[in-house]
Amino acid sequence: MDAFTSHTGVGVPLRRSNVDTDQIIPAEYLKRVTRSGFEDGLFAAWRNDPSFVLNRAEYAAGSVLVAGIDFGTGSSREHAVWALQNYGFRAVIAPRFGDIFRGNSGKAGLLAAQVDEKVVQRLWDHLEANPGATVTVDLESRTVRAGEGPGAIEDSFDIDDYTRWRLLEGLDDVGITLSHADDIAAYEATRPSWKPVTQRA
Amino acid sequence: MGRKVYDRAMGKTLAEKVWDAHVVRSVPGEPDLLYIDLHLIHEVTSPQAFDGLRLAGRTVRRPDLTLATEDHNVPTIDQDKPIADPVSRTQIETMRRNAAEFGIRLHPLGDVEQGIVHVVGPQLGLTQPGMTIVCGDSHTSTHGAFGAIAFGIGTSEVEHVLATQTLMQAKPKTMAVTVNGSLPPGVTAKDLVLTLITHTGTGGGQGYIVEYRGQAIEELSMEGRMTVCNMSIEWGAKAGLIAPDQTTFDYIEGRPEAPKGADWDAAVAEWKTLVTDDDAEYDAEIVLDASEMTPFVTWGTNPGQGVPLGGTVPHPEDFDEAIDRVAAEKALAYMALEAGTPMREVKVDTVFVGSCTNGRIEDLRLAASIIEGRRVDENTRMLVVPGSVRVRLQAEEEGLDVIFKEAGAEWRGAGCSMCLGMNPDTLQPGERSASTSNRNFEGRQGKGGRTHLVSVPVAAATAVRGTLSSPADLEPVLEGAR
Ligand code: SF4
Repeated sequence: MDAFTSHTGVGVPLRRSNVDTDQIIPAEYLKRVTRSGFEDGLFAAWRNDPSFVLNRAEYAAGSVLVAGIDFGTGSSREHAVWALQNYGFRAVIAPRFGDIFRGNSGKAGLLAAQVDEKVVQRLWDHLEANPGATVTVDLESRTVRAGEGPGAIEDSFDIDDYTRWRLLEGLDDVGITLSHADDIAAYEATRPSWKPVTQRA
Repeated sequence: MGRKVYDRAMGKTLAEKVWDAHVVRSVPGEPDLLYIDLHLIHEVTSPQAFDGLRLAGRTVRRPDLTLATEDHNVPTIDQDKPIADPVSRTQIETMRRNAAEFGIRLHPLGDVEQGIVHVVGPQLGLTQPGMTIVCGDSHTSTHGAFGAIAFGIGTSEVEHVLATQTLMQAKPKTMAVTVNGSLPPGVTAKDLVLTLITHTGTGGGQGYIVEYRGQAIEELSMEGRMTVCNMSIEWGAKAGLIAPDQTTFDYIEGRPEAPKGADWDAAVAEWKTLVTDDDAEYDAEIVLDASEMTPFVTWGTNPGQGVPLGGTVPHPEDFDEAIDRVAAEKALAYMALEAGTPMREVKVDTVFVGSCTNGRIEDLRLAASIIEGRRVDENTRMLVVPGSVRVRLQAEEEGLDVIFKEAGAEWRGAGCSMCLGMNPDTLQPGERSASTSNRNFEGRQGKGGRTHLVSVPVAAATAVRGTLSSPADLEPVLEGAR
């Protein structure tokens, strides 16, 4: 996983709440066995609509998505995170995320930044008034920034310490856990023998 | 969140007991390293995880705690023929190759134990109280019905569990949902959970492991408890569980992977300790009264947009919050519904009975008891999809398939089917369904499809009348027709 410290890119205002993972990528795209190429399924149902924000030239190069509350609710499909990443998104800003989506983002290296609802409102207004404007998400200082001068937006975002640390370091979870293999073996030795197994040696 | 962790004098909730018993390593400021007792996998969320293992030169730590099945993507007709869709076929073949390479027990299409992963685990007796169970599928919460901590994970986590048999998880808060009183006749576990989700909203459970308790929950069968726990994720909960009791033990006893003899006694003795202590405290609590509940259906595009079947499609202005008003407007437009329309007047094209929410034998028996001696409405199609091959065989032994077919319904092979429309069972654009599954998201059952989530009795009655209905709306069956 690549480390994430700070990113500045075109902000895309997605004025919708409750964007579930079926909206982010419908099931018909989940049959692939690779981890790439999912950008074609991103927001598939809305992509035919010329007025949909990603279809507007100014936002086409977007890399910071600004969405409404409860983004990524629903299924556990990590494909939703991959689709956003494959398209070019590095960060999603929203007032609240689906739990599994937020977890998956942290593992896959997409920054899920939780901000106050008012901040999302201001970002939406700013990005709609200035199509193509950029947003900065700084993981080191946990801040989002957009605009300049008196109307500039600057606020903090929430992310748990551990995910932040792992993203900053670009660390692989499995590697970290395997360094505790002794603890795992010690735990296994204490499990009652009647616990179920799927196959016997 | 830390309050109770440091106060050792206080009792523990059920969720805390199960959690604490699985902590391999705990360090302040870091998530707990949690041991996983059972890892269920299926074809859709696992291929990239196995790739990850291969790339890093790692293996599966405990193939004997891992079980794979094929469910999401499989067709429900012609299951003995090669899968027509080449992309689906590749995914299934990849599952088989990975299972063979890493020594994992797989129940493929054609196997008598094949079926929806959350139906197969309990049916085999692998799902037991006090366990930690994960799967790359959000409805893993189903297994909580046995008093297990069970939750869905993403593909990176699937890889993590394969490699280490553990997960790094921050300890969630706990919540009690107490449902007092008894459900009135004809009102089911599905109505209970749909009522709850509309009450809390889709984010109401976020950050919590929820324990369902109270008289109405205790009175549910294991099937009903699974329906309730299944939908925990639909109101955002990390997991949902129910304390094991005699109903639970009776369900497990004698199943193929259940403990036997002295092991059974040891297991039950431990399972009996899996209750929330009297002096334990939850971080939040919701209390509902089951005796006031009625058949409940959704009108919108998330499971929290529901009303009693006797109600009407709401007006967006009825909602206090601006965000809910906008969501309601969008949902009504997508669902092509007019505010104020009685729910009972909504015409339905397709009825789907199945899924990990309501595809178990008890569900099929209930549907058949309503359909028997009646006809599916001529403008409506009814699809009955058993949750597993075992459920299908049991239903056929009881003659339920004949009842469905004589009524004009389609009787299918086991799988997820129209719950998510990954296989050929999909709604056409603009088609409307009454579905016993768990998600009414836009396009969930097929692009442009419109879904109403309903209970099994409502699904069956709707198939007969062609509009959303409950069995109480049906003409009595004439003597002799049964
Ligand atoms: S039946 Fe539906 S909800 Fe259940 S596992 Fe299959 S796709 Fe998921």
